[in-house]
Amino acid sequence: MSNEETAVGSARVKRGMAEMLKGGVIMDVVDAEQAKIAEDAGAVAVMALERVPADIRAQGGVARMSDPDLIDGIIEAVSIPVMAKARIGHFVEAQVLQSLGVDYIDESEVLTPADYSNHIDKWAFTVPFVCGATNLGEALRRITEGAAMIRSKGEAGTGDVSNATTHMRQIRQQIRRLQNLPEDELFVAAKELQAPYELVKEVAENGKLPVVLFTAGGIATPADAAMMMQLGAEGVFVGSGIFKSGNPAQRAEAIVKATTFHDDPDVIAKVSRGLGEAMVGINVEDVPEPHRLAERGW
Amino acid sequence: MTGTTTIGVLALQGDVREHVDALERLGVRSIRVRRPAELAECDALVLPGGESTTMFKLARTFELFDPIVERLRDGMPAFGTCAGMIMLADRVVDGIEGQETFGGLDVTVRRNAFGRQVDSFEGPVDVKGFDTALHGVFIRAPWVESAGDGVDVLATVAVGDPAPGESDTRIVAVRQGSLVATSFHPEVGHDDRMHRYFVDLVTTS
Repeated sequence: MSNEETAVGSARVKRGMAEMLKGGVIMDVVDAEQAKIAEDAGAVAVMALERVPADIRAQGGVARMSDPDLIDGIIEAVSIPVMAKARIGHFVEAQVLQSLGVDYIDESEVLTPADYSNHIDKWAFTVPFVCGATNLGEALRRITEGAAMIRSKGEAGTGDVSNATTHMRQIRQQIRRLQNLPEDELFVAAKELQAPYELVKEVAENGKLPVVLFTAGGIATPADAAMMMQLGAEGVFVGSGIFKSGNPAQRAEAIVKATTFHDDPDVIAKVSRGLGEAMVGINVEDVPEPHRLAERGW
Repeated sequence: MTGTTTIGVLALQGDVREHVDALERLGVRSIRVRRPAELAECDALVLPGGESTTMFKLARTFELFDPIVERLRDGMPAFGTCAGMIMLADRVVDGIEGQETFGGLDVTVRRNAFGRQVDSFEGPVDVKGFDTALHGVFIRAPWVESAGDGVDVLATVAVGDPAPGESDTRIVAVRQGSLVATSFHPEVGHDDRMHRYFVDLVTTS
């Protein structure tokens, strides 16, 4: 193989990494000890962050990228991929995370946004990015900016799965609608979605996003994870749901099993037994609108 | 082999659809395998890319591990890519504590040998017996650190900065009997020749 023909950080290599995570569970962790528990439970990757969403919600204040020492500790502790969160628009946090060697960056609405107009130019990085979306237009704008993976947003830190369902149904429904449009109406569809025509056309032709679509935000039980998979998610992010529950190791394992056997109620029933307390949770309805994280990002 | 050939794709986790699509493009019947009964329907098995730690745990929990080991011992052909290569290796370096593999290939494989995701790359790979280079996509890829005498090396790649005393090429594709494994992902490279190679091996065995 001649060196001049090889490429790092190409779209295929970035998107391909997400393909390998499909059917798996990515778990939020704040330190090396939690990361180890996640790996032992069968997580396909861990997400490093300063505080899990439920704590960010409870404690308030500005939420930022994790301390590099904590990220190093997590990278040292596990052999599975390590993702980490950067604030929306905070390209220097992203530069730092890339230099630490994280495997994926989540430009996340769970942290306090650093820029209320612009997201990070993700093409400028070798490390791939995952971004949240509540609808197809938002997903396609993130992909245009270079995101190599999309997750529906849900409402993080609530343990209430209703917004995850809404967002996943919305994205899938809008994709189905594009598939049924005559070709000459795709131009207006692109305008309405506020997304580039070429990308809209590609989605209409293939019936799927050009990148992997995971779900996130409010998933707390094996049945939640399985439902999101049945609704068309290709994998699951679990945030506060694991380490804010009574028995994290057992719950983590149960969610991994339910994700793989998402279409088998017997398995889901079996793994749901005796898990102890789920995270207490908050109804999204009770969260005042200015505190809803899903509305961050545009 | 008589009747229709069925090639299973281990579907516990990973890029299963890409392998199913590649096999279907070649006109082969392909099913997803998560249970022993599904394995029993298969003449051969593909082990996809993904996380080997997750696959091994799920295979153990859902009682698929021993049946796969048994079928491999009985000569069932198998093709593993990336994590699948790890699952077929007799020995693994840099695995997690207690990590087991199905085994069958007399090789030692190093996990994440090419580095982290920022080191993942794509490029041409010369595969033994192919007229032109195959486009290889390497994602947190393993390599074969050492191979037994019975193992046929199908491809190697040059590595940038070998450690002192280390080789400047690494083994990235091997075959031993009816087992084939690659460090890279032909299933995402839009080149079906590796799958064709495996299908030919299955249908003529």
